[in-house]
Parts: sequence; C-alpha cells; structure tokens
Amino acid sequence: MKIGIVVFPGTWSESDTYYATNDILGFNTEYIWHKDQKLSDIDLIILPGGFSYGDYLRTGAIASFSPIMEQVINFANAGGPVIGICNGFQILCESNLLPGILLRNQNLSFICEWSNLKVNNESKFTDEYKSNQIIRIPISHGEGNYQADKNTIDQLEDENRVIFRYCSKDGEVNKSNNPNGSVNNIAGITNKKGNVLGMMPHPEKASEKIIGGEDGLAIFKSIVKKVSNG
Amino acid sequence: MVNDEILKELALTSSEYELIVERLGREPNELELGLFGALWSEHCGYKHTKKLLRTIKSKSKYTLTEAGEENAGAINIGNNKAIVMKIESHNHPSAVEPYEGAATGVGGIVRDIFAMGARPIALLNSLRFSDLSIDRNMQIAKGVVQGISGYGNCLGIPNIGGECFFDESYENNPLVNAMCVGLVDADSILSAKAEKAGDLLIIIGSETGRDGIHGASGLASQNFEETVELRSAVQVGNPFLEKLLIEACLEISQFDELVGMQDCGAAGITSAAIEMAERSNLGLKIDVSKVPVREKGMTPYEIMLSESQERMLIAVRKNEYKNIFNTLDKWDLRCEIIGEFITGNDVVIYNNEDLISKTPITTLTSPPEYDLSKISKGYKPVVKEIKLDKSYVSFNEKLIKNFTKKVFASDNIVSKKSIYNKYDHHVQTNTVIEPGSDSSVIRIKGTDKMLAFSCDGNSRLCGVNPKVGSEINIAEACRNLSVMGAKPIALTDGLNFGDPTKPKGAHELIKTFEGFNNACEIFETPIISGNASLFNEGHTSSINPTPIIGAMGIINKNIKIPNKGFKKSGHKIGVLGKDLWGSDIGLSGSEFQRIFDKELSGEVSIDLRFEKSIQENIRKLISENLVQSAHDISLGGFMTALVLCCEQNNLGANIEKTIPENWAGSLFGEDQSRIIFSYDLEDKNKISKILNKSEWIEIGTVSDKNIKFKNIFIESADLFLSYNKGFSRDI
Repeated sequence: MKIGIVVFPGTWSESDTYYATNDILGFNTEYIWHKDQKLSDIDLIILPGGFSYGDYLRTGAIASFSPIMEQVINFANAGGPVIGICNGFQILCESNLLPGILLRNQNLSFICEWSNLKVNNESKFTDEYKSNQIIRIPISHGEGNYQADKNTIDQLEDENRVIFRYCSKDGEVNKSNNPNGSVNNIAGITNKKGNVLGMMPHPEKASEKIIGGEDGLAIFKSIVKKVSNG
Repeated sequence: MVNDEILKELALTSSEYELIVERLGREPNELELGLFGALWSEHCGYKHTKKLLRTIKSKSKYTLTEAGEENAGAINIGNNKAIVMKIESHNHPSAVEPYEGAATGVGGIVRDIFAMGARPIALLNSLRFSDLSIDRNMQIAKGVVQGISGYGNCLGIPNIGGECFFDESYENNPLVNAMCVGLVDADSILSAKAEKAGDLLIIIGSETGRDGIHGASGLASQNFEETVELRSAVQVGNPFLEKLLIEACLEISQFDELVGMQDCGAAGITSAAIEMAERSNLGLKIDVSKVPVREKGMTPYEIMLSESQERMLIAVRKNEYKNIFNTLDKWDLRCEIIGEFITGNDVVIYNNEDLISKTPITTLTSPPEYDLSKISKGYKPVVKEIKLDKSYVSFNEKLIKNFTKKVFASDNIVSKKSIYNKYDHHVQTNTVIEPGSDSSVIRIKGTDKMLAFSCDGNSRLCGVNPKVGSEINIAEACRNLSVMGAKPIALTDGLNFGDPTKPKGAHELIKTFEGFNNACEIFETPIISGNASLFNEGHTSSINPTPIIGAMGIINKNIKIPNKGFKKSGHKIGVLGKDLWGSDIGLSGSEFQRIFDKELSGEVSIDLRFEKSIQENIRKLISENLVQSAHDISLGGFMTALVLCCEQNNLGANIEKTIPENWAGSLFGEDQSRIIFSYDLEDKNKISKILNKSEWIEIGTVSDKNIKFKNIFIESADLFLSYNKGFSRDI
C-alpha cells in the first residue's frame, strides 16, 4: 500500500499531508513531481492544497494540463482512488474528474477558519465516521463556492454523492453556516464511481489534538483500509 | 550636471554630494550617483540611526548572529535548531499603493528569512491606520489586508498574529510592519557572504524590470509630499514566483558549493551585491548586460537600481554551479552568472566590454553618520497635564455603562477576526494558539518545544513619553509571552518614526533607544534584528513614535497553556501586579483618553524590575499548572481585560469590589505590570506560597454570565456582540 502526493509548483500542503499520512498514521507515502510522465505502484493519489501555478488564469486550470495529470486521469478512470484537497478539488473539477466548479467565495475574500462538517459516511473515504457525524476541519480558500447546473446538483444529491456539508456545530445545514456560498452547503463530493473525492476543507490540518483536533484523519484511514482490503 | 532636483530625487543633500566628490576625488557619473543615492539612503545606510543602533543590546548566550551582519537575526533554541526572525516595514509603498505595497512587504521579509537557509514558519504583522469612517483610510486598510492575504496565503506560511491599531496620527501615513520567523538547523545557517575571490555572483528568479527604481531612496527616505506621484517606485509582487524561490533556494542551500545568499530587496542589485562584497572583504565585478531584463533598452542605471521583486543573489564556488543550475531548472527558475568576486575593494561595473564604473566599496557603504543629539539639542517636549473631566471622577452608573459600550465599539478593542481570518494561520500544522490571543504559539515538530510570538507596540504611550513608552513596549511584548507560559528569549524591532532631521524626530529616536536599552538589560532579551522607517510624516504632521516589538519566547515542556478565557464558573479570579483600584494612574495615552479626549496628555511610568518579577511569577504558576487562564491587562484597561476573559468561553464574573468615584482610572486605566488570571480554589494555597501577599489580590469568581460589581451590574451579551461584530466598517 503506497500513497502518492502530487507536488505542483505552488503547492503548499504536500508536507502537511505527508506528515498526516506518513508520520502520524504510518502509511507509506511519497511525493510525485508534476513533471513525472509515469506513476509507479501507487495505490492512492492525493492532490494537495496550495496555489498550483499561482492559480493564475483560473484556480486549478493550469495544473490540469501538467504532465502528471494525464496519469492521474488514467489512474482514476481505472478505478484508482484519488483525493483532491482544496486546490486539489479545483484541479479535479478542471480535469473533469468531478463535475462543477469552485467560484470566488461569496464575500470575495479569502477565508481561513475551522468549519463544522456533516459527514455522509456512505463512501469509501468516510466509512470510519458515524452516519451524519459532525466533524471540525479548517478551511482555507478564496475560491470554495461550489456551483454546478441544476441537473448536476440533482444528480449528486440523488446518487448520494455529497460527502461533506458545511453546518453549525449542532449539525444544522443552512445559509448562516455556509462560509462561501456553495450550493446546498456542499464542501465535498465524489464522482459517480465513488473513487474520486474532492473537498475544500483540509483534513491534514485536523490531524492532531495539539493543533486543535484530529477529525480529518478518518478520511485517510477509511480509504487506506478499503484499498488494503482490496 | 548635478542640480538640486536630481539630488532631491535621490534623497541626497548637497553636503552629502560634496562628500562623495571629496571621497572619490572626482565627480561621480550618473550611474555612480545612483549607487550612492541608494546606499546612502536612510533605508540602506541608516544615516540617522547607526550611531544609536550600535548602542543596543543585541547579544545573549543564545544569539548566533552579529547585529546587522546578516539578512536577519538568529537565535539558538536547542536541539541544534535555530530561529531566524526580523521585522520589515513597507509604510510608504503601502500609502501609495496599499495592495502591492503590503504584498511586497511580505515578500521582502520572507526572502530575508530564507536567504539564511531557514524555512519560513510564521508571519505576523503590525498595522496602523487612521479613522475608518474616512473613505481613503478605509481603502488603504482594505488594500493592505487584501495584499497581505493575497501574497502571504500563496506561500504556505501561517500568518499567526500581530495587531491592528487606529489613530489619527496615521492619517495618510499607514504603517505596515511585517515580521517573519524561520527555522533552520543551527549548524547550517547560511551567510550573506562570498568565500573568496573567484566565487561567482548569480542572480535567481524574476527578470529585472523598470519597477521600484528609487524605492529606497525616493519613497522610503524622504518626506511624503508629492510621493503620490511616485507610483512607478512601488513594486509589483508575484507570490507564485516567490513560492518557487523559497523551495528552490532551500534546496540549493544544502549544497556545499553554495557559499552565500542574499535577498535582492531595497535598492536592488546595487545594495545586495555590494553589501555581499563588503561583508566578504572582497571586491566585485558585475556585467549588467548579463542580468536578465523584462524589456529592451534598459540602462545600466535602471538595471542596477531596479527593485523588481522575487530576485535573489547567490555566491557560488567557481566552476561548481552545475547542480545548482539543474535544481533551479527543475523549479523553472531563471538564473544567470552576472559577475564574480575579486580581490581588492572596488566594485567594477561593466556593460558588456565597456567599463562604466569603478568605485571603492567602502566609500559606497560608509555614508555619513549623523549625530541625532546635535539635532535634538535644546528640544523640550511639551508635557501637557492630564485633564480629568469631572464626570470621570464621580460615580455614575449610567455613564459607566455607556462608556463601557463605547470602548467595546472602538475599532481598537473589537475582535480583529475579520483580518486574521483572511490569512491562513493553520498551514504547516504547527499552530497551537491561533491569532486573537495575547501571543500565538506554534510547536516545533520533532522537539518537545513550543514557541510563542507577539508583534505589537503601543504608540500612544510612546507619544506621551518615548523613553518610558519604549520600555513599556518591550515589557508588554514579554508579558504577552509570559501569560502563555513562554520565557522571552529574543526581540526584533520595527522603528517607525517621523523626520529625524527635525528636533522632535531626533529626540524621539534617542529616547526610544534609551528605553530599549533599559528594558533589554532587565528582561535579558537582545534585539537581534530590525528595521528603521523614518520620515513618516503624513501630509501634515509626524506619526506618534511607533517602535514595534516582535518577541519570541520558549515554552520548554508540554505545559497546559492557559490562554485568556475563563474556563469554568466557580473558578476564582485574581489580579497579579499593582492594585490600582481607586487610582487615576494609567489614563495617559490610554484608549479611554483617545476616545474621550483627542489630545495626548499626562505621564506614563513603569517599574521594569517589578514587571519582571510579575512575569516570572505568572510563568511559575503556569509551569506548575496552577492557573486556568491568564491575560495581560493593557489596551482598554481592567474592564476590557475582564470582559475579554469572559467572552472567550461565554462566561461571566462576580467581582467583589465596589467601583469607586474615580472609576475611569480604575476600570480603563492602562498602567502596566498587571495580569488577570483565574484558578481553582483548591490551588489557592499553593499560589499563595509562590506569590508575595503584596503582589496579588483575589477579586472575585467566574460566573455563568454577566459582570457584577458590588455596586453595578453589566450585561455582557451586548458587549460580546459588539466585540465580535468587529470593525465599524468591513475591512
């Protein structure tokens, strides 16, 4: 079992993610350079947060054309598990591995704060959580306002593919606890096959009690368990 | 030929010009005049502060650098780890173009840190604006915050704290001081020097453009009139490129063949390259035609003086640059050999084959040093007696409640969340205490250590008395660390002052250094690095003297950090330090005075030794786990501190005290050396054994809600709401 974390120029959460998966959880993890043409024996790919290629043009847009993304797309299409965190989520949308797009936050400002999320635990990435569990994970983004056309949103909802929603600390999902204007308070979704997860919150930043909580770890634990058990 | 207009543009006086001619033995050519203008600017040459800077305590058993010798100061924290830190100001650029001014301020200070081979692990900043009800001030504040957010967030460095203060003294002259902290192995700190003649000078990063020419000499070193016209003197930042530079430079810093690294900041290649040569006791040969440029037809003058951002200079052993170039290529960064270090003392500048200047380096780097005491001689600061309105000294319940509300609606008191929530403060996953507390705390992975940092300075107290105010600034910086259980180890300073060529400005600088020296001796905290921004004169008058202190403290073992918020109803509340109940001391320069009386008046004071013992005591209590919460009493006085202790965990307080006739001083006075803390009744005996009876007093009990004094009841919900609503206008 090996986790690969893709490093684009401008990525900055690769080492936080590495620390969470490798040092805290003890999963074998390595970095993958964006110029690499080949993936070797990787079982789980993580596209971490940051500002790949400066997020110039559009967030995630340039990264989606980098050499490694062709491999990532092939890996995902073959059923390989992929997690996109924050900028990684934006890249997955730009690469058409996930539907929809992440627009500027409704208040037009960058937001960094702890967010409460309601978890849908019926996914490969979340079955270590309880059903509807409320977890605390930081967000840190300027473009996290998830939007898609009505059909796409209906499909996501009908197929139970919304994995995380912003909510109050008691689990209420409404406008007042939506930090960025995302439709239906969406914070994370999966693709149709359920092997690609995109999420704006940073689970690697909720990885130890000393830094405020460890609610994010179960995402990595869930998927690694699935992969290891075949 | 040289005329006054040219000299003014370069911020050189005619007598300085004469000195240049005398030292060179000839008239300088245009390029050379530009070099002198840059290196003899206040920003690079410290003409008005060097004499004072030499007097400062800059060493302790922990320091690893000589003051002013490197890009930043380094301090040993044990386990072969060192912390590198420094403050830099970007006041004038931010006044002209707030977004880019602030953004490139962050960029500059970050480069100073990784130039030493250190990974930047924290940013802090201290901001000063004028009244937000005026649109231009609002625009500046908003632009500055967005600039720090836009640039800083791209870099993956947590912005963990600082302060933001509003005062009319900053009208047209905002202050933007950015502090950066880096972590490096103590035995691998990189120097900004070459090793020997033959070492190559290589430029990395951005191409050189026409932006920022005369930034240091033009913008930062003269009065403010007409500088709004100097838009081209403000640089434009590219944080993506900076992020690549950080990673690439840290990677090549591990190579033996890389011998020195230097940030290309104020005054561009001129200052960076020549100072490198000077430190190395070597000469330097540069070919400006080798410097990658953004546009055709740039003159040697423009190339040498451009302040284009995101450039670094490195010194590399001759013929050993291949690995370095390969690494930079991996990061898609441009690099070019632009010269070499030579024996002797000359900087020799070529444009291709043409020799265009040959100037002794020591002449360039030793500008005249002005004796401020001559300028300030005879200056008598005006001391106004404090006016105490009658209503402040007669008990009136309604008035007290109203005034409390007003204080909690002040932009200086309310939560700064809407600023720091625009900055990533979690990245690198080390943040233990987030912004919004007395100081912020990060842990150092792989060690059992945590570090606390604060970055602030009370300029109103310095306006009342620059010497005592500066002592207070250091004392308070240390107190902010001590209430977190951290022992203060080192300081960095950001000196923001008015015109040093005027008696008032000179006097304030001299007095500030006197205050610094007293406080540094007593707290045993050296000032390991810093920055001076002078000529902060707005359009009409000078700013209050604003010496900002960045402070670092070490929390040595895994103690429970108390933080300011009361934890549980039933815990006891105590005040450590002076009991000032019933006194009027501490209203001078206070926030209360700012709100109700525009003018600064009165006197301020501090007993540094008493302060030190208070801080030692709170640290002792914390290390023995006897304290549930601890908070410094400062801006807004006792009342503000008490409400904020309640606010954090939505609790209240019953205070067993009667508010006296002179309620203003008792509730809102800002006299120093006081800490409000809470504790479990069970621990009281142990606390009493550690503290002298005379230095602390139990004042009440934590309750579920609201604040009760014996003779007044204050509903806290409205105050919490007002505090959390934040600024009067949305920054």
